[in-house]
Amino acid sequence: MALNRISSDGHPLMFVQGNEACVQGALHAGCRFFAGYPITPSTEIAEGMARELPKLGGTFIQMEDEIASIAAIIGASAAGARSMTATSGPGISLMLENIGFAYMIQMPIVVVNVQRGGPSTGLPTKLSQSDTMQARWGTHGDFTSIALAASTVQEVYDMTIRAFEVAEHFSTPVFLLLDELIGHMREKVVLNKHDNQAVVKHAFPEIPPEWYLPYTESLDLVSHPAPFGKGYRYNMTGLVHDRAGFPTSIPAEITERLETLRNKILKHKREIWQLREYYTEDAKYVIIAYGSAARAARGAVESLRLKKTKAGLIDLKSIWPFPDEPIKEILDRCNIKSVIVAENNMGQLIHPVREMLGGSVKIASVNRYDGHPLEPQEIINVVKEEIYA
Amino acid sequence: MSHQDKREKKNRKKKTPIEEHLGRYDIRISGAGGQGIISTGMLLGEAISIGDGKNVSQSQSYGPEARGGATRADIIVSDGDIYFPECQEIDLLVAFTPEAYEKYSTAMKPDGIIVADKNAVNIMVGQAKVVTVPFIEIATKKFKRPIVANIIALGFISTFLGIVSQKSIKDAVEDRFASSSHLELNMKAIEEGFKLGREYKKKFS
Repeated sequence: MALNRISSDGHPLMFVQGNEACVQGALHAGCRFFAGYPITPSTEIAEGMARELPKLGGTFIQMEDEIASIAAIIGASAAGARSMTATSGPGISLMLENIGFAYMIQMPIVVVNVQRGGPSTGLPTKLSQSDTMQARWGTHGDFTSIALAASTVQEVYDMTIRAFEVAEHFSTPVFLLLDELIGHMREKVVLNKHDNQAVVKHAFPEIPPEWYLPYTESLDLVSHPAPFGKGYRYNMTGLVHDRAGFPTSIPAEITERLETLRNKILKHKREIWQLREYYTEDAKYVIIAYGSAARAARGAVESLRLKKTKAGLIDLKSIWPFPDEPIKEILDRCNIKSVIVAENNMGQLIHPVREMLGGSVKIASVNRYDGHPLEPQEIINVVKEEIYA
Repeated sequence: MSHQDKREKKNRKKKTPIEEHLGRYDIRISGAGGQGIISTGMLLGEAISIGDGKNVSQSQSYGPEARGGATRADIIVSDGDIYFPECQEIDLLVAFTPEAYEKYSTAMKPDGIIVADKNAVNIMVGQAKVVTVPFIEIATKKFKRPIVANIIALGFISTFLGIVSQKSIKDAVEDRFASSSHLELNMKAIEEGFKLGREYKKKFS
């Protein structure tokens, strides 16, 4: 007899790693092109895509390195395929140059970073959240990035689909920030039973090819360059370009291009922001965390609440752009005494938190960077210090 | 009360160790790389999660080496949400090597239990109750395959402790090896484990 792998309401069930849930999410979102270079702790994503994509008529390529991998998925996206790569910190470092190119030419791609310890080759098999800032500021130049996160295996599935939606909607690269613990942890996942592709591809241009300008932004400021190979001919360059895609040095056009790249995201950031709150209604001590640190924080909050300490948690599902407004709204309505930022790094998420609060609320931090996950007790200790401070 | 409710109430009377612990039940399977530790954790996690319908988080720790090296798989079982996915205080430790036994036997809950391979316990460490079973010896002598020691152990903990139903663990093993030439071997190994668990249960109760 086989285990019954169908939920009571007819959805397929799996007991899989976060990395395997990422594969399922990507396939469901209609990802049909993956290029990558295996690296612990992200390898299971490449393995899964290599196994599943050919069955769906998609393409998997193991490239010679990460530079080629990111170039391949940008090219595939330019030809109209929904595409993704997965790697870890060392791989992202190699990809950053071309990720900047994708921001510039406005190409939707999903880049999964299953974080491990760094710098350099660091700690291959151990967890870390030390690429949090890399996802914001990694490549050079003025740009605005989008990064999403997950703290359960089910959320990895859901947020992978979400990453494709956001990438497609804003026509830009989207990071999915996981970590070794979430990537390798197994939990039950309920898959969507509908096998249609969840993310709708942007409509093809209606004007004739000879009149086509790829970078004429609509009211929402987002350009959706037409896929190559269908008769729409235009220039794609990393140089600051005009509406036709050709390099420009006219100040007004430069300003327009750079502001558009920023504003297309910042003016619609409410559509990207996502977070989960626990016990924040009356909280005096609010922990801000994401990914595996948020799991430890949830454990800490549950224990503290048993002892009648008014602790709460904000578990971020979108990291960049930083969800400052919704966090402030939560903090404004509770009786806040301190904010505690819990991270598996030497302190990265704490910077936007400081910028957001500007000294109005006391901020404490819990950091662990020895390759092991933060434990609930470490967070409880810091909350207790805040109580007696 | 309907007939079904009565039947459910009757079934509920017999509590499994996990239900008695309310909150969470922390299981750690530990040994050396190459002994199938992570696969064992995966099968147990899948059987309890998909088969028995409880919440399970299974995580693991391993080094950069593929063979040798200390390896462990943690399985956290709960009726509610699981926050921290690694063992804190261990309810059940399954140890296949002396290193694993000595390293983790001090992290046990006061009423925790250790199921160790016979070769793993040279000197007694810690306060927890220890049951030694010759898993590797049986796997080597009876099945000529030391690797099935962990499948025997899975069968053993099912009948000895009742933390996973026999049906679920058997189904999980069957699914895993369905298209493999080792299916029959593993099904025999799990039955051997069930039998051993029943024998030990009689002996210890």
